[in-house]
Amino acid sequence: MGVEIAVEGLGKSFGPQTVWRDVSLTLPPGEVSVLLGPSGTGKSVFLKCLVGLLRPEHGSILIDGVDLVGCKERQRYELRKLFGVLFQDGALFGSMTLFDNVAFPLREHTRYRESKIRRIVFEKMEMVGLTGAEDKLPGEISGGMRKRAGLARALVLDPEIILCDEPDSGLDPVRTAYLSQLLIDLNAQIDATILIVTHNINVARTVPDNLGMIFRKELVLFGPREILLTSTEPVVAQFLNGLRHGPIGMSEEKDQATLEAERARYGDGAELPEIVPQLEPSPGLPVRDAVRRRKDRLVQSLHTLAPAAQQNVLSSLTEHEMARYGLRRSTRAGGVL
Amino acid sequence: MNLSPVPAMRQVGSLFALGLEVFRLMWRRPFQFRELVQQFWFVASVSILPSALVSIPFGAVIGLQLGSLTTQIGAESFNGAASVLAVIQQASPIVTTLIIAGAGGSAICADLGSRTIREEIDAMEVLGVSAVQRLVVPRVLAAMLVAVLLNGMVSVVGVAGGYFFNVIMQGGTPGAYLASFSALAQLPDLWVSELKALMFGFLAGVVAAYRGLHPRGGPKGVGDSVNQSVVITFLLLFFVNGVVTAVYLQLVPAKGM
Repeated sequence: MGVEIAVEGLGKSFGPQTVWRDVSLTLPPGEVSVLLGPSGTGKSVFLKCLVGLLRPEHGSILIDGVDLVGCKERQRYELRKLFGVLFQDGALFGSMTLFDNVAFPLREHTRYRESKIRRIVFEKMEMVGLTGAEDKLPGEISGGMRKRAGLARALVLDPEIILCDEPDSGLDPVRTAYLSQLLIDLNAQIDATILIVTHNINVARTVPDNLGMIFRKELVLFGPREILLTSTEPVVAQFLNGLRHGPIGMSEEKDQATLEAERARYGDGAELPEIVPQLEPSPGLPVRDAVRRRKDRLVQSLHTLAPAAQQNVLSSLTEHEMARYGLRRSTRAGGVL
Repeated sequence: MNLSPVPAMRQVGSLFALGLEVFRLMWRRPFQFRELVQQFWFVASVSILPSALVSIPFGAVIGLQLGSLTTQIGAESFNGAASVLAVIQQASPIVTTLIIAGAGGSAICADLGSRTIREEIDAMEVLGVSAVQRLVVPRVLAAMLVAVLLNGMVSVVGVAGGYFFNVIMQGGTPGAYLASFSALAQLPDLWVSELKALMFGFLAGVVAAYRGLHPRGGPKGVGDSVNQSVVITFLLLFFVNGVVTAVYLQLVPAKGM
């Protein structure tokens, strides 16, 4: 099973400029999480802090019980072997062919024979649909292919944690859908903890078990997908609907006067889009253990959720599960006993 | 304009930190032998010809200058002695490193810089591979090795250039020129010359790598970094050369005549 990442009170600033402060969240082991946020809110910075490329000024990041912020350099390199990271542009090594790129982690960290390396690399290349492009250089292929090759390289050591920085940017909607499916399938197969940083609403609505959002230098909220998808926060509504009116402005946030004017014109906040069902693993793959674990967790803390989220959680449970958790479906919509 | 010394000191500190890190990781396995050979070949191939071409006029100028001076005081027979000393102890390590910093170091800096802005270095770090150990150490070692070896060649070519201009152009005596070789120069001069080359090679490599790993924003930043790395290396070079020469002259007394 994947590894839990517990972030506590994290704060990062570049000189006088604060990127975000006091971010606390726990990525449950083996589950898929998405972090949303408008452009320029420091999502990528957050990701880089998680892998120890940037050093946050405050707080701690516990990975498998080890604090990444305070630990020794050698420990950090060991911890990083747990990670598979997909960078925005793939970050392939420009002087190596795709094959060598994907084989790089194996050659550095394992003593496998070349035949075994070839087998693993071809398997991962096939997984991301790049069979036949092994001998190309990163400069000779499209951005989408680079991204997929970057994913293959991230997966080659069977990581416990997969971090994706905007896996959808530069990809067409169809390929984005394939990639989303691939991540879910991966989760079903190797039960890795996955964090996706994106501003693609579609990915956010269909892929994750947990959703979070960064805005105004703070984590607005983070929790099971039902919470954010039913949230009454104006920011969330604006973001999920992709609207102009709301707290998010073109450059930064809006001032009070503009907000008042907008409220007069458009009324109070937009309706949230309906919650769509989560992606299922492809047929033939095992059931995702994460789903069961998450439901266990959710049902236990059900009473702490807002009514809308509660209702949503309940409607996602089958009769069988309701019985297992000892819940009854009340006649009133959303009522629980 | 910000004139606070803190950012400048921070840069110096990080440069030193990288130097120490390189030295520390030099001895740690796995050793990147393949990368070292590639980089060695690259640095050597871009610096052999230019340094040979530069060292000929260098030796020649020293030879010509000395030639006209020594004739005035009637010490023609010491032409060779002075020219060998100047070439081996001073000119050769400096020429070698100027070329290595200018030709090899700039290429190393540009290479690492473009890798940094393309996030390749980040990606490597995330894959659990130390970029300093994997990329910087072989490059610095290559620069050091090439500097030491090239230093020998530059000395020979420089002395030969001096010989040619002194004997052929100024009509000096070949026998006297050769015979006076060891009148002033001694073996420690050669050692200190090689030691200087080794140190300068290390400096050139570390400065190039440091600027390459910290470019300021975008492709333009990489260009600036390359420029800075060459300039910084040159400045450091002459400073360190002054220190080493002063210390050397104190430790090893000049040969009496």
